[in-house]
Amino acid sequence: MIRIKCPYCGERDHSEFTYGGDASVEYPALDASVSDWTKAIFFRENIRGNQKETWHHTNGCRLWLEVERSTITHEIKSVKACHPQIDKITKNNS
Amino acid sequence: MTRFNAWNVFKNGFTGQKNWDRQWRDPVPKKEYDIIIVGGGLHGLATAYYLAKNHNKKNIAVLEKGWIGGGNAGRNTTIVRSNYMMPGNHEFYEHSLKLWEDLSHDLNYNVMFSQRAHVSLFHSPSARDGAARRYNVMRLHGTDGELWDLDTLKNNIPHLNYDNARFPILGAAVQKRAGNARHDSAVWGYARAADSLGVDILQNCEVTGVKRSQNNIESLETSRGTIKAKKVGFAVAGYTSVLWQMAGLGNLPIESHKLQAFVTEAIKPLLDHVVVYGVGGAHFYISQSDKGSMVFGGDLDWYKSYAQRGNLPIVQDSAEAAMAIMPCLGRIRLLRHWAGVMDMSMDGSFFICKTPLSNLYLNAGWNYGGFKASPASGWYFADLIANEQPHRNVQNHNLERFEKGINIDERGAGPDPKLHG
Repeated sequence: MIRIKCPYCGERDHSEFTYGGDASVEYPALDASVSDWTKAIFFRENIRGNQKETWHHTNGCRLWLEVERSTITHEIKSVKACHPQIDKITKNNS
Repeated sequence: MTRFNAWNVFKNGFTGQKNWDRQWRDPVPKKEYDIIIVGGGLHGLATAYYLAKNHNKKNIAVLEKGWIGGGNAGRNTTIVRSNYMMPGNHEFYEHSLKLWEDLSHDLNYNVMFSQRAHVSLFHSPSARDGAARRYNVMRLHGTDGELWDLDTLKNNIPHLNYDNARFPILGAAVQKRAGNARHDSAVWGYARAADSLGVDILQNCEVTGVKRSQNNIESLETSRGTIKAKKVGFAVAGYTSVLWQMAGLGNLPIESHKLQAFVTEAIKPLLDHVVVYGVGGAHFYISQSDKGSMVFGGDLDWYKSYAQRGNLPIVQDSAEAAMAIMPCLGRIRLLRHWAGVMDMSMDGSFFICKTPLSNLYLNAGWNYGGFKASPASGWYFADLIANEQPHRNVQNHNLERFEKGINIDERGAGPDPKLHG
């Protein structure tokens, strides 16, 4: 079991969360070329090592989190809320 | 190579069955090969075998970082079926099933292919209609398929939970020619048959670097030295992205996920079929091995990973699914569970295609179903490498299909690799 330290709820089992995907993907402008959109939607670096990824605390506070995790050992390096404003609030709370 | 037959078994009986040849050689790597296949799993070995057999190619090597049968060839649940619907896929998997039907004779190796039927349960009228559509498409293309009503199902498999299931069983979609094969025999059989046609199988030979010029690969750096190659095929599902980036080629429409499988203690004959259960997003399949163990599996672990070990929530999910359809398994003990790393592609379909490099060919993206695909995978990949152009049946199984909008999404799940299980 992976334990994820949600900035709002505290440390919880990963089974409370839903895995999103690679957090480093940036979507291009709406009028960008088909080729740019294809790269953003379908192509992934698929890192073997530490990767930034999104998790949704589905059975908790329902925040989207950005988690840095090793895809080899599953060790978690850092967790923060995806939305920068929420990240500020949760930091003030703690 | 001594052939396996009754006469040779009899003859070797006089010497205590101790004088058989080794199944494949352990050659020293040459400096250069015409064709190198990276990955000594089922797909890589089948490719080498068909290159030698169908296309009369010589001077071929298969590079394996571990040992033959130690990767996903030894980590699957051995199910063989061809109940696919999308154009390209159904021709491909039907061809694969036909190759399985004759594989033991072709390889002179008993792969223990048992056509015990693949029984996919349905639990609602709409699921039955969906199954009817899929199996009718299969029948129109010459693949067998039928629907069983509840009485037929009860007659064939009496121990399912017909009384108080949370999702009542209404019937099943059945492919009778589908079944199981023994995974170790298949990979050993391909290795032995490829070796007897002159293919060098290089174990403990990990690719650590790819030396390329502008537009092609010149040589591979390996743990057993530098090896030059005129043509290179990658067949390393699970680690495709790692090797792809070693060749400096960037991103792929693939994520690596892990899938668990489970095996119980051996019991007396209980289940004659492969039974599949899928409802409300859950996914479960079970069969009984020839030794008597119940072999089953469920969903992916739901997050990207290269770790070859599974997580506990999925153990629980799979055990719950087992109990939901076969409550008689309640007291059985689990012996082992393990996980394999797989290429999950963005539309759930595979890649057998050319690449941006002129002498590199890609075989990847096998998702959940690489085992059954391996004979045809080798067959079509060998065809691509030998003839330099994809066969009609795999013409859209390339990396460009996403940009062209011709995704081959059998499940209709969209561009999220973990949903294509």
